Amino acid sequence: MPLLEPRANPSRVMKWAAPLIAIVLMLLVGAVLFASLHVSPLKAFYVFFIEPLETSNGWSELVLKASPLILIAEGLAPGFRARIYNIGAEGQLLMGAICASGVAIYANGSEAGWVLPAMVIAGAMGGAIWGAIPAWLKTHFNAEETLTTLMLTYIATLFLSWLVSVPWRDPDGSNFPQSIMFSDASLFTLLFDGLRINTSVFITMVAVLIFWVFISRSYTAFQVAVGGEAPAAARYAGFSARKTVWLSLVVSGLTAGIAGAGEVAGPVGQLTLSLSPGYGYAAIIVAWVGRLHPLGIVLSGFLMAMIYIGGDAGQVSLQLPSAITGLFQGLLLFFLLGADAFVNYRLKRRRPHLHKELHEDKPQQTPKAAPEVAT
Amino acid sequence: MIEHLIPILVGTLGAATPLVFAGLGELVTEKTGVVNLGVEGMMLIGAIAAFAAAVGTEGNLAVGLIAGAIAGAAASLPFGILTLSLGANQAASGLALTIFGLGLSAFIGQSFVSYSLSGVKPIAIPLLSKIPVLGPVFFNQDIVVYLSFVTFGLVAWTLAKTRLGLILRAVGESPEAAHSIGYPVTAIRYGAVLFGGAMAGIAGAYLSVIYTPLWVQNMTAGRGWIAVALVVFATWKPARLMLGAYLFGGVTILQLHAQGFGVAIPPQFLSALPYLATIVVLVLISRDRKLLQLNLPASLGKPFIAGG
Repeated sequence: MPLLEPRANPSRVMKWAAPLIAIVLMLLVGAVLFASLHVSPLKAFYVFFIEPLETSNGWSELVLKASPLILIAEGLAPGFRARIYNIGAEGQLLMGAICASGVAIYANGSEAGWVLPAMVIAGAMGGAIWGAIPAWLKTHFNAEETLTTLMLTYIATLFLSWLVSVPWRDPDGSNFPQSIMFSDASLFTLLFDGLRINTSVFITMVAVLIFWVFISRSYTAFQVAVGGEAPAAARYAGFSARKTVWLSLVVSGLTAGIAGAGEVAGPVGQLTLSLSPGYGYAAIIVAWVGRLHPLGIVLSGFLMAMIYIGGDAGQVSLQLPSAITGLFQGLLLFFLLGADAFVNYRLKRRRPHLHKELHEDKPQQTPKAAPEVAT
Repeated sequence: MIEHLIPILVGTLGAATPLVFAGLGELVTEKTGVVNLGVEGMMLIGAIAAFAAAVGTEGNLAVGLIAGAIAGAAASLPFGILTLSLGANQAASGLALTIFGLGLSAFIGQSFVSYSLSGVKPIAIPLLSKIPVLGPVFFNQDIVVYLSFVTFGLVAWTLAKTRLGLILRAVGESPEAAHSIGYPVTAIRYGAVLFGGAMAGIAGAYLSVIYTPLWVQNMTAGRGWIAVALVVFATWKPARLMLGAYLFGGVTILQLHAQGFGVAIPPQFLSALPYLATIVVLVLISRDRKLLQLNLPASLGKPFIAGG
């Protein structure tokens, strides 16, 4: 017995209500989880979501974490609209971090002003190239980008591991797999004394503006959207599916690469194995929760940053397992996808013959009623 | 020479066994038209559930495997509800399952990090294990490897020769037609998704209870994704899937032995080989669009809501 029937038109209200419903459900499950760990849910929510924001340092950390998440998600969103699923942003971020670090390591000691911009450009190129490989594999060999982007992430992780263990390992670093600490010319300037927030957040702000303009005015954005939602129509209108694939993957690689550069030239300050707490994966959720909209992504980026910071705070002051962050991320995406069903479908009403008296339905919905053959 | 080869081949079968289970499960799921990209997550949930159950029963293998299978199937249920009952995007839902599985298994696993199990001894099959080369490779393995042979036989036979197999394929080829002649398409797809989950769970259980045998966070290390790629490589044929799984098992093991032999290649580069090989085989198969079109279940990835 199917429970759902299609709506005549996708519900705009549900489209934006779905993330809120998902957040509420995530918090409810979170409350049960906390209770099962013998932690008062109210206390846990306070520690997770309120306490970190009572200090200026908390706000600084929030923006510092939201910034790469938003930047990567902005780059992913146009591709997701076109149903090009780049799920390897984590690898593109790592390649960006690697290329940026290469510049910093070879320019070590130089106080020249070009070092930092060169790092950002190298990071952008590294990420873009790591995104271009699956684009090439897709357009020339028809290979699924979901699988290739992910495999390239594993390869990037191993490459990073080799770099920090052998050629780029800090000789004075007591054998830890990490590079030298970068000098000041290789780091973004701090915005306030004593806080880690730095000027890299302006890159994210500019990116949001660019993507906003791109989505709301650009012909290319329309092309990318049509290419995904109606490939036949797109072909008819003369749009190239190949161009869509290239554009989606290179742009998302580029933003992820810049985010990687922002980490090594920012809070991390060197190339290490643990430079990203999974930002590339979390950004996928950020893009969806933000409805693939440049401004929605800003909000969902802050939400995801709160989940990260809350997870850290919960670990420190409540001794909760650190893996709780990943659990919340998964739950959020699950609930979002579930709530999203109600954008295009609605619950089937129990007594269809009362339809007309009870609800003012549009006439085109009724002929869709199912010929009941089997249950 | 042959003395060196036998341990490599024996190891190949062990390394391939998780891929065999996870790959066969995903193959059956995809045969009904559903792509579940959550194999990695279901394997991890199966791995931690099996490990916890085995630790709790002082190393009982059967309990571990069953716990892994149940946990894997349970993990596939939210994916089924999202994609089959709520018409959600299959790629996104599978990805959500993987992220969730990673988080959940790490969460539960934190209290199991310090435990270890003793693993299981191989069982030599009388007579057969005495055959030169083939004997020690195929007939002196642990019981789960034998179980993987049986599972392969059952899946291949069911898909090719039985009425159930015919129905599964019909649902994947044309859900509308299957629905109109009275088959409960959604229920059949639920069954296939749960089967895929149970198989992924067993694959994870093999890793944590027998192969490693330890719990390590994110211990599947991409094997779930490789299993998904193998299904494409196999063009949805069970026998080719076995071939692919053993090929990958071989690459994994060669990499370990190369390190042992002191090959002067950084270990990280050798570890990257299976992932590189996955890309290569995907390219080799996918470039032949006709071959793919011919074998691809026609409704793959498309949601079907009866009456929709």
